[in-house]
Amino acid sequence: MTAVGRLARRAALALGLPLAIIAVLWVASADSQSFYLPPLRTVLETFADVWLSARLIDDVLPSLLRLAVGYLAAVALGVAIGVPLGASRTVRGVVEPVLEFFRAIPPPVMVPILILIAGIGDIMKVLVIVFGCVWPVLLNTVEGVRAVDPVLDETARCYRIRGLARLRHLVLRGASPQIFTGMRQSLSIGIILMVISEMFASSNGLGFTIIQFQRSFAIPEMWSGIILLGLVGVLLSLAFRAVEGRVLAWYYSLRRSHRGEPTG
Amino acid sequence: MRARSAWAQGVAGLAGLCVLLELVPRSGLVSARYLPPISEILAALADKAGEASFWTALADTMRGWAIGLTVAVVAGVVLGVALGSIGPLRAATGSTIEFLRPIPSVALVPLAVLLFGTDLRSKLLLIVYAAFWQVLIQVLSGVQDVDPVARETARSYGLGAWAQVRHVTWPTTLPYLMTGVRLAATIALVLAITAELVIGSPGLGKEIAVAQSSGAVASMYALVVVTGLIGVAVNLLARVLERRALAWHTSVRGELPA
Repeated sequence: MTAVGRLARRAALALGLPLAIIAVLWVASADSQSFYLPPLRTVLETFADVWLSARLIDDVLPSLLRLAVGYLAAVALGVAIGVPLGASRTVRGVVEPVLEFFRAIPPPVMVPILILIAGIGDIMKVLVIVFGCVWPVLLNTVEGVRAVDPVLDETARCYRIRGLARLRHLVLRGASPQIFTGMRQSLSIGIILMVISEMFASSNGLGFTIIQFQRSFAIPEMWSGIILLGLVGVLLSLAFRAVEGRVLAWYYSLRRSHRGEPTG
Repeated sequence: MRARSAWAQGVAGLAGLCVLLELVPRSGLVSARYLPPISEILAALADKAGEASFWTALADTMRGWAIGLTVAVVAGVVLGVALGSIGPLRAATGSTIEFLRPIPSVALVPLAVLLFGTDLRSKLLLIVYAAFWQVLIQVLSGVQDVDPVARETARSYGLGAWAQVRHVTWPTTLPYLMTGVRLAATIALVLAITAELVIGSPGLGKEIAVAQSSGAVASMYALVVVTGLIGVAVNLLARVLERRALAWHTSVRGELPA
């Protein structure tokens, strides 16, 4: 098969089913009289009207900003606490059950607690995201730091690599595949919490707007909001994968070479 | 000896947390209106345990969790094995799965409310959507991980399609499936509580929302502690199940003393 042929085949495989599903939905819903399931055409037209407007700045942007601040704070916090925990066996033994308990609390129940403490403003929403996102990063950092290759550790010691250089080149590097696993779990939790904190109590944001649509029975608008949330989820996960691929490029090629596959 | 000292360390950690949670509100560092001392929280918890409504709420939450998780696991396994074993199907559905999976299930909250109100089905819709992908993705990677030599050996011995799934695909997939079930069990609990909190389906989440709006701070914390304990129990249960199901597998056998 030629290169062009292969590419065409891959494109057909990747796009075939999604296009078919959209086509079927489009046709099947074209003259839908159902109140809850408006025609796809109407939904998509509404999408442009509703979201490509001032709402993009008034509602979508604040949501995403809160998510970004909360998520990055949680990652920083998780790594900062996780590194010392991973390095010390005793400290780990003492705090592990406590951490396991906090991680097991379903993060959405923190919304009412944080409303009590921080009101219903931006701070509450960011704190909810931080609280939910910090555990996967923290626990994976602990695991990653604990599992740093002992040979590398001793090599670094022989070369007298200490302090910040050791932290940067040995500990964080070695733990980074695990840290990224935690960050990936945290990202999907963060999106859920972004939406929930706004559904519970808010005056702007994606979650708030979608619930408003639902309460006022603006059905095509509600559907367009659901689609937008889905797109946000998909785009963020693509962005995450791009960052991960970049940062962990060394790790993937190392793994490939261990398996005897061509690197590059 | 080591096991016992680890145990002691853990108990010390938990005791330390309790002392901290007692002293911080008592000393006035944080107002008791926001964080009541742990003794009050535990007293509220004991009160709750005497109320029938608490146990009903707990049962509602766990029922939604169990049904949703079961549906998600069965659907994930059946679809995962089918899609994974049939090459062209896997190739054709890959992009669709990659697109649908990151859609946050809370996006379906308004839809669930419209279609089912505060009914159990609302909760199930959210739980199943969230938990299903965890299982499906793991099963798909498991099926892909089947050793080609084993597969060809089975084929040359004339094993039928079903026997191949049973004796070749299934044992390879099981460890992946168990990871998927563990992740799905946690996510299902989160979504069950979320549905109760946001939609108002009966259950612990709703009780928490009620306690919050009526200013019963200590009961609210007590209920949150309960959800945390359920979370821990779910984790432990999933780990035990994983060990049982994989007792033959090297990843589990290797942890036993030689």
